[in-house]
Amino acid sequence: MSSTAIAPKKGFDVKAFLANNGALVGLVVLCLALFIATPRFLTGPNLLNIGIQVSTIAVMAYGMTFVIVAAGIDLSVGSVAALSAMASSYWITTAGLPDALSIPVGLAVGAACGWVTGAMSAYGKLPTFISSLAMLTVVRGLTLVISDGRPISTGASVSWLGGDLGVVPVPIIILVVSGLIAAFVLNRTVIGKNAFAVGGNTEAARLSGIPVKRVLVTVFVISGVFAALSGMILAGRLDSAQPTLASGYELDAIAAVVIGGASLSGGVGRISGTLIGALVLAVIRNGLNLLSVSAFWQQVVIGAVIAIAVGFDVLRRKNVRH
Amino acid sequence: MSHDALLVLKNVSKSFGPVTVIDDVTVEVRAGQVSVLLGENGAGKSTLIKMIAGVHEPDSGQILLDGSPVKIPDTKASEALGIATIHQELNLVPSMSIAENITLGRVPRRFGIINRRAMRQIAREALDKLGLNLDVDTKVGELGLAQQQLVEIAKALSLDARVLVLDEPTAALTKAEIAHLFAVVRSLKTQGVGMVFISHHLDEIAEIGDFVNVLRDGKFIATVPADTEENELVRLMVGRDIDEQFPRVAQEPGSQPLLSVQNLSEGMLQNVSLSVRPGEVVALAGLMGAGRTELIRAIAGADKYSSGTVLVSGKKLPSFDVAAATRAGVGHVPEDRKTQGLVLDASVAENIGYATMAATSRGGLVDRKGQRERAQQVAERLRIRMGSIDAPIRSLSGGNQQKAVFGRWFTAGAKVLLLDEPTRGVDVGAKVEIYELINEITASGGCVLMASSELPEVLGMSDRVLVMSQGRIAGEIPTAQATQDSIMALAVSNVHRENEMEEN
Repeated sequence: MSSTAIAPKKGFDVKAFLANNGALVGLVVLCLALFIATPRFLTGPNLLNIGIQVSTIAVMAYGMTFVIVAAGIDLSVGSVAALSAMASSYWITTAGLPDALSIPVGLAVGAACGWVTGAMSAYGKLPTFISSLAMLTVVRGLTLVISDGRPISTGASVSWLGGDLGVVPVPIIILVVSGLIAAFVLNRTVIGKNAFAVGGNTEAARLSGIPVKRVLVTVFVISGVFAALSGMILAGRLDSAQPTLASGYELDAIAAVVIGGASLSGGVGRISGTLIGALVLAVIRNGLNLLSVSAFWQQVVIGAVIAIAVGFDVLRRKNVRH
Repeated sequence: MSHDALLVLKNVSKSFGPVTVIDDVTVEVRAGQVSVLLGENGAGKSTLIKMIAGVHEPDSGQILLDGSPVKIPDTKASEALGIATIHQELNLVPSMSIAENITLGRVPRRFGIINRRAMRQIAREALDKLGLNLDVDTKVGELGLAQQQLVEIAKALSLDARVLVLDEPTAALTKAEIAHLFAVVRSLKTQGVGMVFISHHLDEIAEIGDFVNVLRDGKFIATVPADTEENELVRLMVGRDIDEQFPRVAQEPGSQPLLSVQNLSEGMLQNVSLSVRPGEVVALAGLMGAGRTELIRAIAGADKYSSGTVLVSGKKLPSFDVAAATRAGVGHVPEDRKTQGLVLDASVAENIGYATMAATSRGGLVDRKGQRERAQQVAERLRIRMGSIDAPIRSLSGGNQQKAVFGRWFTAGAKVLLLDEPTRGVDVGAKVEIYELINEITASGGCVLMASSELPEVLGMSDRVLVMSQGRIAGEIPTAQATQDSIMALAVSNVHRENEMEEN
């Protein structure tokens, strides 16, 4: 599903392709510019570095895409990532329980957090902005409670998530595999299509017999699981779960989804777009680092990029829909 | 071209990509006259008025105002030229007063501070022109739709509008409100305002129009006097004769009720009981706010009800459970297809498939191939005109969108169809096709409960009429014996008083 116009199928329409893939075009232009600006950009180690950087945001943003497609927003993902990473580490390091279960435990904690957020909105009628804002604080608080404000070392399996498989970093493998799974679920399953219907028109979906409340809870559970995975990758890279892990990441995840072409009013979004959105953010950060731009200025640039990217998208849609 | 032409669209054309929506059309608006724009949905009416309103610029051709060519690149330019468009969706701020709305964007100021007295003065003068006796400090949100519409017209006139485009202004008004609107239109005629009037109600044309411009498929067909016979207007508009506007084929109804409602109460609905047998079309008539939509929605499971029972084929349906109703064979075509019926970003196939998506899935996977095939079949059967089954549903005309909502329930095999204003905003040709669908359902042993505000439709397409008043069934008339008067008499009957008398 996309918001693309009905184009006659006559060969390859370059103009339409460019108009419908603005973020991708932007990404390519960005890469070309950095390639010209600095020789250090297009080197193996740097690209792997970008891949690792992008993986945590992208994985989190995959889950966020489900929520946004269903016309919600999930501000709790950064905190959920932290709590999940903390819980999986606590499980083995502090409680001494079997390491093999630490990743499933982390994912289950993420799912549970998502379920609570979703249920507050679906059954308690809170706007998702509010329910997830509440969870952002509650979950971060719980993380601090469990850890007593101190980092906990990760177990072997969570550390493996941040390691390498041969020459390829595991985060990049997860980035690709979980992206394929997310795209499949969003486009091929009843869960995904229901999310589009609910986000596109809640009332029409309800009157067609689609269980709107269950759909809302489900997308938050999905978001929670992806956030947990993202949190454990982050912890695995550091070999320890920090109580402040992933704080503020929710905004990057939302930005990635929106740059990728999803509409905050729901009903429109693609996993591939989200990946591109996350790549745009990561490549800009990387490029600015290579060009030795100060971290303070980087924030200014990133903000401007978000505004410009979404602005272009709004303009494009206006033209398409006449 | 006549000398009193105020605004002329001369040989205008407009294409969107490969689709030509307006093809070399010439129409004019004369001072002090009402020019009716007639055509089916998709004929190009809205594109044409959007040219006047500055939303679309013509690809070729000219727009002449007082004989000299003008460009209308945006809505501001249109306003500056004295052109105002009253859309169905009104452009008013409900939380602001009438005076604030009328002076919106040009608030009179003194030393940078809002001059409330001057603001009220402007508003009062504007209302006076229309003979409206309203307090200018009233919040617009507190007014009824008809009054809001008049406020918007007043606002346009206070901007010195000379050309007024009225886009289906009567669609949501009652008879009395329409009469008031037409009185205002007549008085504007004497003030020399040129008007463009769009309506799907043919009987209104002779009443208010002076001449009629007929469009079909983006082309200009004819200009005829407003007192042209309705059949002739339909023929011009559709391009063929429509034999029967209401082709109801009555069936011998079955003996056991297919749908039965017993003592349903919730909110305004009080003790509603009814039954519909297989093969029957039962119409729900009544005034706006009589509870027809509420009843339909309660039966469909869309809203909760506190007491009473709904039975389909003798089996009780749970309250407030659309999915259970769907499984029991109930289909609901809601009042407003855009906000309640369709997911506009999704494709035709997806919209048709929503009610069956979960049931036809395998292991949680959507049966995409089957969904497209089923949608394609039903689209052919219902003659849904579309680019392709994968086209976004928003690209279809209103009538075809409505047929897609029907298609959803045909695909789901619904036996009990609950229709709420099934032909609202649908043009004549598609209307008849929808009526034929109703015949098809009853011929195959299904039944239909249809809420409709259009009495001709009620009289033409139903077998029995249930008239609602203040949340109750005020009476039942076999359609063969019903007249507009007998229905209206029941619709305005005060059920409460009758009951009190019985109790005393």
